[in-house]
Amino acid sequence: MKKINIRFKVNGRQADLNIAPNKRLLDVLRDDLGLTGTKEGCDIGECGACTVVLNGRAVHSCLILAAQANGAEIITVEGLTQNGELHPLQKNFLEHGAVQCGFCIPGMLLSSYALLKENPHPREDDIKEAIAGNLCRCTGYKQIIQAVEAAANENNE
Amino acid sequence: MADSKIIKSKYFFEEDFTEELAEVSANKYADWNKKELKVVGKPVSRVDGYDKVSGSAVFTFDVILPNMAHAKTLRCPHPHAKIKRINTKKAEKIPGVLGILTYENAPKISWYGKSFLFDPHLRYEGDEVAFVAAENERIAEQALKLIEVDYEILPFVTDAAEAMKKDAPKLYDDGNIRGGKPSVYERGDIDKGFEEASAVAEQTYKTQVEIHNPTEPHCSVVNWDGDYLTIWDSTQGVFSVRDRVADVLKLPASRVRVIKKYMGGAFGAKLEAGKYTVMAALLARKIGRPVRIALDRREMNLSVGNRPDSVQKLKGGATKDGRLTALYQYSYGAAGAHPAGAGCSWALRTMYLCPNVKTEEYTVYINAGRARPFRAPGHVQGFFALEALIDELAEKIGMDPLEFRIKNHTDRDQVFDAPYTSKLLLDAYRVAAEAIGWKNRPQPAGSDAGPLKRGIGMSSQIWWGGGGPPAYATLKLNRDGSVRIIAGSQDIGTGTYTILAQVASEVLEIPMEKVEVLLGDTAVAPYCGSSGGSTTAPSVSPAVRDAAEQMKAKLLSGAAAHLNVSESQLVYRNGVIHTKGKNKKSMTIREIARKMGERVLVTTGKREANPDGYAINSFGVQFAEVEVDTETGKVSVKKIVAAYDIGRVLNPKTLENQIHGGIIQGLGFALFEERIIDRNTGKVLTTNLHDYKLPTVKDTPQIDIRIVSKGDSKISNTGVKGVGEPAMIPTPAAIGNAVYNAIGKRIKSLPITPDKVLTALQS
Ligand code: FES
Ligand code: FES
Repeated sequence: MKKINIRFKVNGRQADLNIAPNKRLLDVLRDDLGLTGTKEGCDIGECGACTVVLNGRAVHSCLILAAQANGAEIITVEGLTQNGELHPLQKNFLEHGAVQCGFCIPGMLLSSYALLKENPHPREDDIKEAIAGNLCRCTGYKQIIQAVEAAANENNE
Repeated sequence: MADSKIIKSKYFFEEDFTEELAEVSANKYADWNKKELKVVGKPVSRVDGYDKVSGSAVFTFDVILPNMAHAKTLRCPHPHAKIKRINTKKAEKIPGVLGILTYENAPKISWYGKSFLFDPHLRYEGDEVAFVAAENERIAEQALKLIEVDYEILPFVTDAAEAMKKDAPKLYDDGNIRGGKPSVYERGDIDKGFEEASAVAEQTYKTQVEIHNPTEPHCSVVNWDGDYLTIWDSTQGVFSVRDRVADVLKLPASRVRVIKKYMGGAFGAKLEAGKYTVMAALLARKIGRPVRIALDRREMNLSVGNRPDSVQKLKGGATKDGRLTALYQYSYGAAGAHPAGAGCSWALRTMYLCPNVKTEEYTVYINAGRARPFRAPGHVQGFFALEALIDELAEKIGMDPLEFRIKNHTDRDQVFDAPYTSKLLLDAYRVAAEAIGWKNRPQPAGSDAGPLKRGIGMSSQIWWGGGGPPAYATLKLNRDGSVRIIAGSQDIGTGTYTILAQVASEVLEIPMEKVEVLLGDTAVAPYCGSSGGSTTAPSVSPAVRDAAEQMKAKLLSGAAAHLNVSESQLVYRNGVIHTKGKNKKSMTIREIARKMGERVLVTTGKREANPDGYAINSFGVQFAEVEVDTETGKVSVKKIVAAYDIGRVLNPKTLENQIHGGIIQGLGFALFEERIIDRNTGKVLTTNLHDYKLPTVKDTPQIDIRIVSKGDSKISNTGVKGVGEPAMIPTPAAIGNAVYNAIGKRIKSLPITPDKVLTALQS
């Protein structure tokens, strides 16, 4: 298969890649860029573990070919921390006990991040809607909602 | 100091008793007084939280080694077949394919008792046919497609009732019933018991197959360094994996190292070495490269475990004044294609006071993936049936179901005829009944006007959860006064890192930041059991306390030597040791450690023996409030009140996580999770997370938790009982009883789907 060139920004940094055209965005992030914070749980857009933010929207990186992200701006869980400081969402996830095994958490964080960008004052139902596609088998759902609410409040202060 | 002895230790782990020799601590420490504790019992945030929210946590799934190859497994597409011929030539020729294993070239390693690592007799859809390593997963997948297999298709059976029939297709030469006969338990005389009864209820209940579906796939990364094998594994038991792999590969255990730092859940599905791990090790040695194998979601739904189904015929008798006189259970469940437990009678045997009990359980082989322990194996199924029967009996004799349960409360374990170390179930009933508003439930059942009908139901629960020895923990004190705990246990997402750090921080009176915990590494850690059976906190936390208390004694002795005083003149407070009285002299831990030069002080703590002559169990009750839409048949769970006697709570935050997690898994089991097999083709229809329905945030009810216990000092120096499994046991039963209370019709099989509700309403 002939390789193609693509470039996009990940967590504020330019990435120039020469890759097989059938690679998923998830593979490029994890295997080519070493950003293993983004997880894979199902490969068909059902679990949300692979969620990243692409041009401001939460997307399943297992369903997107890397080439489709050409020219895009992408944020992964590694990009939420700024200068060693946890993002308010991360801090509140930690403090509210929203994290158990942690495997679903990067996806949860990015779905919530996209939500708060679009809607800084979400109601509980908005939060539920935003993370309904993120499965947590340890099911700290209530704590996750509380953490998102607390982060929204902090942002709005 | 550091007294120990070796005893025969016996306690319940998941499905059976484990019995082994264990070195135990004979040190006695003062009971912890909840009011005086500074760290234990406090809502401390997870010490591994930062790694997990920042994305830096490396799960087994994320382990990348230089030159690592990727593996994939070819699985049998038929429910029952034999390999007549297999040809891998074409697949081998694909550029990037590094090696292929099949039954023809792999060593014959015995597996599942009567089968092999690669067995040409394939007994279920998903059975392993070949294992390919390649430069990447995509190439490995292409290679799978080019492996040519001629299958002899055999007749199959995918239903336990069918499989028990004489003329059913056989999975093994000696038939489909495991052991050839039922497992029977009997006490008293049930015929006499039923004669004494003034009311008898008889009913058949069914539960479905549930799949664990942890978020992190089953995976291993293996690497050979000469004949030294290192395995990063997503496992609940690093020592169990090490021992199995060393055995089958005929390596000294000292040459196998198993590491697990973070894992994305398991719930019982990752308690033993996977075939995939051994296959990866064999192929890695052959190709001279590290190999990574990660199962995909389809494979996880086919091949690595499930909660077996159950058909339970129950009969119970009671006197007019509410005394149980007899309980009888006849049940069967499908182990899948290989030996596994499918029993569910412990509920009936242990929960209520009843002199006459008999249970007969059949475990049956069928052509489907093998069962594994799943969060409270047997109990979740057993309680669904028992608690429904109890409600039916209560109704027959016209007694309040809660009162009926209280009447049949027992302070002794009736199977082993021993008192419980503690049992505060009556308190739990009281607080939970009040919190849910038990008195205000619709009476009679189904009397709400509708179309949305509200109902309240309850279920008790009992689980083992006492843990026991052997469990060891090493504590190392660094020269700056910080410490590291090393234990061969594992944190499967439950918070083990955090609770163990809390225990050391409490004893040594040093901040949590000064305590590091290393778990899940067989090369450096002393032995602990697998993380299952709700035994981790009750088994390992006392070993850590023992290690920390020994360290404290060492520090006191060091300070006494340096200050030229006797130890009795010294007081230890907040990590500082001072002399009593006037002219106080003092030393910090750090100063003592520095005086000892570069040496690292080390202690090893051990879990003490469980008390002789007692039964140790966790107890609890859940009340569920549901709303049933009588037009659509949809059941919504509005609220669960959960009250527990689980000894001491080490950390209310991780406790809340455990209880929520158990309840929501129980809710999923009650309402929608189900593995479905097409009877005509023998194939599983629910192999992805679209068809297999897991609960989402939208299904989450309000959850109210009440803990009625403070600590059980009879068990151990930390007084902890397990909660992971108790959290799930009563949920489906409580929901089932609540649905009955709402609509006045009983749904006797799980999951309670809208079609079943509508059918029941029309009957
Ligand atoms: S891996 Fe993308 S949604 Fe599950
Ligand atoms: S924290 Fe384990 S799956 Fe969400």
